[in-house]
Amino acid sequence: MVTQVTSFGRSGLSDWVVQRVSAVILGAYTVFLAAWVICSPDMSYADWTELFSCTAMRIFSLLALLSMIAHAWIGIWTIATDYLTPMSFGKAATKVRFLFLCVCAVVLFVYLIWGIDILWSVK
Amino acid sequence: MLTVSLYRYNPETDKAPYMQDVQLDTGGKDLMVLDVLELLKAQDPSIAYRRSCREGVCGSDGMNMNGKNGLACITALSETVKNNKLVLRPLPGLPVVRDLVVDMSIFYKQYEKVKPFLINNNPAPAIERLQSPEDREKLDGLYECILCACCSTSCPSFWWNPDRFIGPAGLLQAYRFLADSRDTATADRLANLDDPFSVFRCRGIMNCVSVCPKGLNPTRAIGHIREMLIRRAT
Repeated sequence: MVTQVTSFGRSGLSDWVVQRVSAVILGAYTVFLAAWVICSPDMSYADWTELFSCTAMRIFSLLALLSMIAHAWIGIWTIATDYLTPMSFGKAATKVRFLFLCVCAVVLFVYLIWGIDILWSVK
Repeated sequence: MLTVSLYRYNPETDKAPYMQDVQLDTGGKDLMVLDVLELLKAQDPSIAYRRSCREGVCGSDGMNMNGKNGLACITALSETVKNNKLVLRPLPGLPVVRDLVVDMSIFYKQYEKVKPFLINNNPAPAIERLQSPEDREKLDGLYECILCACCSTSCPSFWWNPDRFIGPAGLLQAYRFLADSRDTATADRLANLDDPFSVFRCRGIMNCVSVCPKGLNPTRAIGHIREMLIRRAT
């Protein structure tokens, strides 16, 4: 059996399920936000603040943020192990792929902290 | 006149592969691509390709014809030729041995990984292991594979990870034994497939289905394997 320590769940099935569940959550979040914007033609900053200061919305937003991070990591890892391989980079492939994944991990971590900071700064 | 553009590469004499254009008079007949190759070989015996049964059973003459994989012996010119031109290349993604002959070692290695044989540790019955007609029916659409490699070599996931992704042909056979009521190694077989590459590199683009010369559906079989993995894990 082939295993990869850098894959999200270290199992193909786990990654596959996480990718699909996170896609459903992201889809629901997008539909909800779009519907809210459409149903609020006179939307003001106060309405927007009221929506995001609600605990349920914070939880939903955090769930969407975590889903985005999991979804993105699985996708990026798949792309990296498809294209950043010895076939294209020779012996340097492992270093190139590891570096690329490190950069992506840092970016996703920043998104997570930044997102939490934004969500909990709304009063 | 038909223009045949042929992939040529002889590692003993050529530094790099090249395309050779040859004009051929087909006499207005709707020949099979293999017939065209035979006519060309009569003119130039150095052209190399595999062939055997010439009726779509052995799977030897899989190649890329005008951009689509298929068996040369059962592909008529009328099905593939556009603008009076036929471009013949070896199956993509595999190392070329010479001209249209590819090294299929990695393809067979992936096939070997799925243990394509019946495993049953129960004592053998006096005559044979029986199977109900309903259980036998489950193997239809799976056992017919002739291992021509047209599907796996049309799959980008197999191109990028031929050493780790089993590929549609191997996975079709994996499911053929997972679905067999006489096989008792289902748990072990599934355990060997639950990694990020063997099955889950399939992105469901269905190139395999569109090229299979036997009309089989490896994507559906891969879906069944995923369902079995989910049932086993939840």
